[in-house]
Amino acid sequence: MWNEIFSLTFLTSLLAATIRLATPILYAALGQIFTQKAGILNLGVEGTMIVSAMAAFTVSYFSGSLWLGFISAIVVGVLWSSIMAWLSNTMNAVQVIAGIGLNILGAGVASYVYRIIFGVRTLPPQIDPFPVVELPLLSKIPVIGPVLFCNNVPTYIAFLLIPVSWFLMERTTFGLRVKMVGEHPRASDAKGIHVTLIRNIAVLIGGACAGAAGAYMSTAYMNLFTDNLVQGQGFMAVAVVIFSKFRPGWALVGSLVFGFSNALQMRLQAIGAGIPNQLLLMLPYIVTIFALISTSRKAEMPSAYTKPYVRMER
Amino acid sequence: MESIAVEMRDITKIFGHKAANDHVNFTLRRGTIHGLLGENGAGKTTLMNILYGLYKPEGGDIFLKGERVDIQSPEKAISLGIGMVHQHFMLANPLTVTENIMAGNFRKRQILLRKDQFRREVLELAERYKMKVDPDSYIWQNSVGEQQRIEILSVLFQDIDILILDEPTAVLTPSETDELFITLRELVDDGKSIVMITHKLDEILQVADEVTVLRDGKNVGCRKIDETVTKRDLSSMMIGYDIDLDLQSTHECTGDCIALSVKDLTVKNDKGLIALDHISFDIKEGEILGLAGVDGNGQKELCEALTGLRPVEAGQIYVKGDDFTGKNSKDFINAGVSFVPEDRRDVGLALDWNIANNLIIKEYGTDAFSSRGLLLRNKIKSHAKEMIERFDIRAIGEDALVKDLSGGNQQKVILARELNGLPSVLIANQPTRGVDINATMNIRREIIESSNNGTAVLLVSADLEEIIQVSDRIAVIYDGKIMGILPGRSSVAEIGPLMLGERMQRHDETASA
Repeated sequence: MWNEIFSLTFLTSLLAATIRLATPILYAALGQIFTQKAGILNLGVEGTMIVSAMAAFTVSYFSGSLWLGFISAIVVGVLWSSIMAWLSNTMNAVQVIAGIGLNILGAGVASYVYRIIFGVRTLPPQIDPFPVVELPLLSKIPVIGPVLFCNNVPTYIAFLLIPVSWFLMERTTFGLRVKMVGEHPRASDAKGIHVTLIRNIAVLIGGACAGAAGAYMSTAYMNLFTDNLVQGQGFMAVAVVIFSKFRPGWALVGSLVFGFSNALQMRLQAIGAGIPNQLLLMLPYIVTIFALISTSRKAEMPSAYTKPYVRMER
Repeated sequence: MESIAVEMRDITKIFGHKAANDHVNFTLRRGTIHGLLGENGAGKTTLMNILYGLYKPEGGDIFLKGERVDIQSPEKAISLGIGMVHQHFMLANPLTVTENIMAGNFRKRQILLRKDQFRREVLELAERYKMKVDPDSYIWQNSVGEQQRIEILSVLFQDIDILILDEPTAVLTPSETDELFITLRELVDDGKSIVMITHKLDEILQVADEVTVLRDGKNVGCRKIDETVTKRDLSSMMIGYDIDLDLQSTHECTGDCIALSVKDLTVKNDKGLIALDHISFDIKEGEILGLAGVDGNGQKELCEALTGLRPVEAGQIYVKGDDFTGKNSKDFINAGVSFVPEDRRDVGLALDWNIANNLIIKEYGTDAFSSRGLLLRNKIKSHAKEMIERFDIRAIGEDALVKDLSGGNQQKVILARELNGLPSVLIANQPTRGVDINATMNIRREIIESSNNGTAVLLVSADLEEIIQVSDRIAVIYDGKIMGILPGRSSVAEIGPLMLGERMQRHDETASA
């Protein structure tokens, strides 16, 4: 067994799988950085991803265009998270409960709509997923090439979003506004920043990214939709945001840790490592818990985290 | 020629059933400092929040340079040249000074931050009005006085003509206050008009050109400030009757027993740095020891250490001769140590609870209020009624939620709880901060009364007048060290230098440290 683990092919395929499994978490986490920095904890990412995954698959299946499916998923993600935006910023609902509610609703809606459209079949319908695009020259580098430069286009986009997110957050007026409303909504209001608007935009950005993450699951990572396609990646993304202390670069590190633990447990199962597979399945979730325990105490949460803003309060 | 900058006519604003502003008229002349005077809850802040677009009035009109305007939001107010510095600073702690100022001052359609350019502009503006700031420091690294300067700068950045300041001196030291007033004069000379909300009479006489007095949401008069106006005139306008502003303490310390003794106490602050550096003092039964000092020199940490809320690094605390070092807050409470914390809203009270429950937070488990684990509601109720009566807490009843009370009445609830049952030691940290004159006088009287009954009091206050008025002895703290202990009735001139860190030549009681 150990011979297998330390072979170059095993390593390469393990790392390649890490990237594939990290991508959806990365997408969702980058979006949630904005949402959470603005002071909103949206635990409904998981549900948004499920609904979007279903939308992406369905649209791709009928239109034959993966990109149309991908974009539809983003639109659906925005729409779905607008419910969260409304609940948290207009109705001032308790965000944790609103998010959990939207998760349950999302899982239900996705499988309901899927069954209306496709019915119950023994073999689920399939599409051709996003193909691998090998980047010229770069993909020829040993180990690094096949791992980093032999991926599908949505994966490349996710990686490009890291500097984009950083730039948005650190170098634009929008980023500073997001930080202000998360830190001190009353001050933001007094300074003429539209708190509800900024928070809504931040939630919708999170929704769009979660939509992309969902689309990735059903049209890039897999080529079909099942009810349990999104297995906690949304929650892991929320954990990654806290682990990364809201920094896009560190969100990549966090996503890779989760992607790696997921990939590892799959590979170990595949080669029959002699560990009960139920235990292996738990690995990514155990990593989540430990990552959170080790970092969340030191994480500096925005001061107005999960607190609704009401202007008239005395 | 004098012209009018703002005129507010017949402004009415209703909160719940109560009119916070009842047909109020207010006129601000250009190039003047206008004091807006009134007790807490008189509607001063409400009126200015309306001018700044934070509240929508139920009735009334606002005229700017003679033209009627409709101000629905702070954005609108800013675009009309109205800026406001709030009582609670509107600054985000983890961001830098430049970032905070930037956040309120984006140009139209600006997308990129352009930090360097902004930083330069901040420095230029600061220089113009002779204000010292470090644009790259984080807000939490700045003192309260500096934070206020940053706030004013940030508002000035908005290119405003009218500046509203809400209780600007509440958190400042005497010298910081003087600095602020110099800045305000600079601004007025530059053509700006200023409204200063306050309940401090001296400040009005010191800096204002004109004053409008509000009482119970109504305008009770407007006066030009000249030599003929006295403090007494203003105070009777403000509260509606004459009040004795000089508290003649007939108090004399009688006890000999030492109730609280601190030896070589060393304590760390939240950041892990030394907050108290080997300090020692004693307080006798029935004695009031005033602790003077600029905020943030270890007062908070001292109070917390003396009530078991903060671990002691070195040294000892003795209560009535028993070593209490390392004991927890429950032990201190059981030994009769009472505590009026600095932050009444976060630490002192459960805001969403009613008065009755707040009054028994410390004693709910005693036989007086519970039996076999069940609360005795009737006893709690009658206790609350008694306390409301005795401490003159203005509320609709013992079921009133504490968050609905004014600051002064909230403080009375704390005092009622802490002074009930004659504590042996009372630790009072800023007991009258943000409380109106009448309540302030009452609170000071209560403290003196309790010491007459034998309680040893540590009175921490940034208000020197209060310290001098009430204390038997005055200790001065600076940078975690006691600079000296002076006799009661020492003058500001004697205390002032110690507050700035000049150690007393002959400090007998701290010498051993």
